[in-house]
Amino acid sequence: MKVCGKVHKYGDNVDTDVIIPARYLNTADHKELAAHCMEDIDTEFVKNVKDGDIMVAEQNFGCGSSREHAPISIKASGISCVIASTFARIFYRNAINIGLPIMECDEAAKDIDKGDEVEIDFDTGVITNKTKGHTYQAQPFPEFIKEIINAGGLLNSLK
Amino acid sequence: MGMTMTQKILAAHAGLEKVEAGQLIKCKLDMVLGNDVTTPVAINEFEKAGFTKVFDNTKISMVMDHFTPNKDIKSAAHTLQCRTFAGQYDIKHYYDVGDMGIEHALLPEKGIVASGECIIGADSHTCTYGALGAFSTGVGSTDMCAGMATGEAWFKVPSAIKFNLTGKLNEYVMGKDVILHIIGMIGVDGALYKSMEFMGEGLASLSMDDRLSMANMAIEAGAKNGIFAVDDITREYQKGRVDREYNVYEADEDAVYEAVYDIDLSQIKPTVSFPHLPENTKTPDNWGEVAIQQVVIGSCTNGRLEDMEMAAKILEGKHIANGVRCIVIPATQQVYLECCKRGYMETFINAGCAVSTPTCGPCLGGHMGILAKGERAVATTNRNFVGRMGHPESEVYLASPAVAAASAVTGKISQPSEIM
Repeated sequence: MKVCGKVHKYGDNVDTDVIIPARYLNTADHKELAAHCMEDIDTEFVKNVKDGDIMVAEQNFGCGSSREHAPISIKASGISCVIASTFARIFYRNAINIGLPIMECDEAAKDIDKGDEVEIDFDTGVITNKTKGHTYQAQPFPEFIKEIINAGGLLNSLK
Repeated sequence: MGMTMTQKILAAHAGLEKVEAGQLIKCKLDMVLGNDVTTPVAINEFEKAGFTKVFDNTKISMVMDHFTPNKDIKSAAHTLQCRTFAGQYDIKHYYDVGDMGIEHALLPEKGIVASGECIIGADSHTCTYGALGAFSTGVGSTDMCAGMATGEAWFKVPSAIKFNLTGKLNEYVMGKDVILHIIGMIGVDGALYKSMEFMGEGLASLSMDDRLSMANMAIEAGAKNGIFAVDDITREYQKGRVDREYNVYEADEDAVYEAVYDIDLSQIKPTVSFPHLPENTKTPDNWGEVAIQQVVIGSCTNGRLEDMEMAAKILEGKHIANGVRCIVIPATQQVYLECCKRGYMETFINAGCAVSTPTCGPCLGGHMGILAKGERAVATTNRNFVGRMGHPESEVYLASPAVAAASAVTGKISQPSEIM
């Protein structure tokens, strides 16, 4: 399976408080959460994001609170995949559990710029930057995690 | 090759003789925790997946602490959803307004978690219980849901960083200063995916409240968990609280650590994390003149009795500075009651503090002390991210209760020795 979209780019240590501020955690509604995604560091994100777009950040993406509302708000905003140099561990778990595709690839995270058009092949882990003409190879997932992803999330994998 | 404390607990709960770093395993859980923000998402998933029973109604805790007493109609709907579910499934450890406390202060206080146990919680600060020598880690709502239904969770066995503690803390220096110092040293991703294992002769001078505040902030270094070696202080703390057998796991002599740090507690100075990352730590020489408008003393990091005792000792007979709001939040009903009995409450009120019923409230910018644009707070909480306590252009400075109370008196970031 492949996805392709324009990139929204961020730096190191993007925490879950800026992905979805706690003042909006009085709802669990996916669309309401998506309406405030990233607003404390990027007020333009919600206005510009289109279905299939890709989010790219550098070290320790999703650090801080365990709120699953963070990957939910990213997924519900239309983002098809998050690429980062590294992910904070609870965010990593949550993204896999809810079926938000993520890729760990330091080379891609550093080279890709805001607005680049990027294609991701989930089967091979190859990331293609169509704007720059570069390709990068993401870290493959362990088999156990692939099974959760292929089942469509943790709860489906338990059935 | 030997195992660390964390690896031993995980192996025991996976039914394995031995595990090693990187291995993926499935563990039996002794406790599954959620709060009023994360539990509703877990309940939605539980119902959507068609589960009809919980694995064990005595091994699930639900604590209504984040936006309670209900801050608005939507929050009220969330606690109602939790209350209804807890009633339907007869959840034994359901705590609501009047008997609740901040989850990570409440569970150890009530003996709901103990040494050697394997605990997950849909709250990142679930790592707090490592202070008791438990394996305890934060997860999301879907993991909580799966845990409630099956009593199991999958883990990647973490590698470890060892902190060998020696010496003794100086007066007005607390466990909070130690953990801020460590986060400043290794960074907010310095322990990413790893366990932080605390041991050494210096443990003897760290109270359980110090240890709980240190383990609490392991997540702020990216760690999977923080864990303390069990000693007489741990055993004494659990006496009269934990009414079941618990297991003590010691690290093997030949356990493998990715790094070992020697920390001399006597060298730790009052430490403050400047905005907007917990790793931006500074000691008094580098604080400069930072005027503040608010002080918060409380949270799952520092709302326990010794934290209140320290704040009361510093505020006794003094008054907070003009233009500063000081909000004190004992973390549990028991701590609150003890503050009343010991006269701390009178000290706080005479000093001009507002005292609140237990709530996470301002720590995460929920309610009970939100900052306006441009305002600065010194807080005994755990995160100083952009917008954490309110407006995206407000600032949070993380500190111990001693520094927070002293700062409330002077109106700027100050160490206790300036006023004592």
